[in-house]
Amino acid sequence: MRDVYVVSGGITKFSKASPDKDFRYMVKEAFDYAMNDVPKLTLDDIDGSVASYFSDHFTRQLMAGIMVQDYLGLCPKPSRRIESGGATGGMCFQSAWEAIASGRMDVCVAFGFETMSRVNTWKGNEFIALASDTNFDYPVGGFYTGYYAMMVQRHMHEFGTTVEQMAAVSVKNHGNALNNPYSQYPAKLTIKDVRNSEMVADPLTRLDVCVMSDGAAAVILASEEMAKKLTNKPVKVIGVGTGTDAMRLADRPHGDVILLPHEKKSDYKNLKYPGVHSFRGGRTAAKQAYEMAGIKDPRKEIDFVELHDAFTSSEIQTYEDIGLCKYGEGGKYVESGAADLDGAVPVNPTGGLLACGHPVGATGLMQAVFALWQLQGTIKKHFGNDKLQVKNAKRGLIHSHAGTGTYITVSVLERGF
Amino acid sequence: MADEKKIKVPETQEGTVVYNLDPLIIKYHYEIDYIHSYAQDTPFFAGLAAGKLMGSRCPKCGYTYATPRAHCMHCGGKTEWVELPKEGTVHTWTTCYFGSEAFLPETPFTLIMVEFKGANTLFLSRLIGVEPGKAKIGMKVKAKFLRNSKFSPTDVYFVPA
Ligand SMILES: [Zn+2]
Repeated sequence: MRDVYVVSGGITKFSKASPDKDFRYMVKEAFDYAMNDVPKLTLDDIDGSVASYFSDHFTRQLMAGIMVQDYLGLCPKPSRRIESGGATGGMCFQSAWEAIASGRMDVCVAFGFETMSRVNTWKGNEFIALASDTNFDYPVGGFYTGYYAMMVQRHMHEFGTTVEQMAAVSVKNHGNALNNPYSQYPAKLTIKDVRNSEMVADPLTRLDVCVMSDGAAAVILASEEMAKKLTNKPVKVIGVGTGTDAMRLADRPHGDVILLPHEKKSDYKNLKYPGVHSFRGGRTAAKQAYEMAGIKDPRKEIDFVELHDAFTSSEIQTYEDIGLCKYGEGGKYVESGAADLDGAVPVNPTGGLLACGHPVGATGLMQAVFALWQLQGTIKKHFGNDKLQVKNAKRGLIHSHAGTGTYITVSVLERGF
Repeated sequence: MADEKKIKVPETQEGTVVYNLDPLIIKYHYEIDYIHSYAQDTPFFAGLAAGKLMGSRCPKCGYTYATPRAHCMHCGGKTEWVELPKEGTVHTWTTCYFGSEAFLPETPFTLIMVEFKGANTLFLSRLIGVEPGKAKIGMKVKAKFLRNSKFSPTDVYFVPA
């Protein structure tokens, strides 16, 4: 396996609707931004691409990936499409990583998009809910916010997590986004604002849930040799991991906790795991990525995290899965300020999905772009201000997550200069 | 040679719904009827029509699924059908005040995951007869069945026991 580097990235400003640009045009915009950031890179140097988009329903177009490939001028080079629900972007990033690591390519573009404004919000929720078992789950009232609400009800029951702790995630992430010009929904909120917004599915309110978006992102990965040629600020991918779980929440087992290197069995005496309260796939992905990166204690060895906060509850559950705190301590973790911009490990310093938006196929790649800029120390250059720059960031973690935890990816990036 | 003026597509009165001119945004209708087979899950849906809740059990490892599957997730063995008890407890719940377009007219509705004695996994259903937001984990519930079966998992629902 060869070392793999991220050399450049670009994203469009995420928005509720961008009817003036179709998916090809949006990706082209993100791709050109990335190309301009590494002027030595030519189209000829690019060996191929991986396309990331979740739903053919939203695009109203099958094989949209190849249409982007030709729009970018990359035909007849190799390309493929990755689809894994909400984790599509993270999986696309890892697929591009594989192309370089295996030696198949020296430069690979990971691009992604979603155009969710093409149907109304409730139809969009229906499309998303079709990513649940259509025999047993969807017909009962298929609604992803409802599924996550049931998961966090159980988390609250097991661990005493509170709705105020969940609201604190919303306040933090929307607040961080005030300084992110790419974000769709920056806002200065209070816990009260979050709790007083409309109830969507008990206990999740509108401000506990991310919005639908149009947007695109592109990331360029390269071998060591090409990376050093293209930029003096390469970022190395030092760990990748992927986990899965049963599509139906009903099928999730109640067994033993999968332990991370810094945990022991006695930490979890009576906890049935994962049940519906935790994401076994997230823990599995983190464990693999940490092993590959040689990380013994993520609390001390990671400088920031960009994680998949489609719901405030899933950010709390994910702190635990990736070992920022023990299972059951996620609510207290956010309450303590540990995940704040100036906390022990800033989580979603750029605003996360809650505030940036969630154009599904672009989201996981957006995280890679922001992580790259953090590690390069170039947030100011790209955001126009350095308020969100994590000082001295050497190592960052990105986490992409699909349907109630069915597919989860974790990738660890490190400053390579 | 045919009369050139007569070679043309006939004009119709059907128009296009236009939302915006620049960019041009139009309504595009799409609809489909699937020929959906429940395949190996068929006995579950047939069971609902007979007022039975069917799960599956793995004879090899003994694991019992409250939501049926033809093969065991743990050992890969072929499962057999078992009838589940009609009473269970609420493992978790939510009330949906919004939903997918198809279910919006039914809001608010309460979803529950049901635990059954003797089953290792859960079952997703609706809870009726409890005020929105008032379900409780640990509540005892019992299954009721639609008299006129629609061969949908909503043919069964739960009420407080
Ligand atoms: Zn078995």
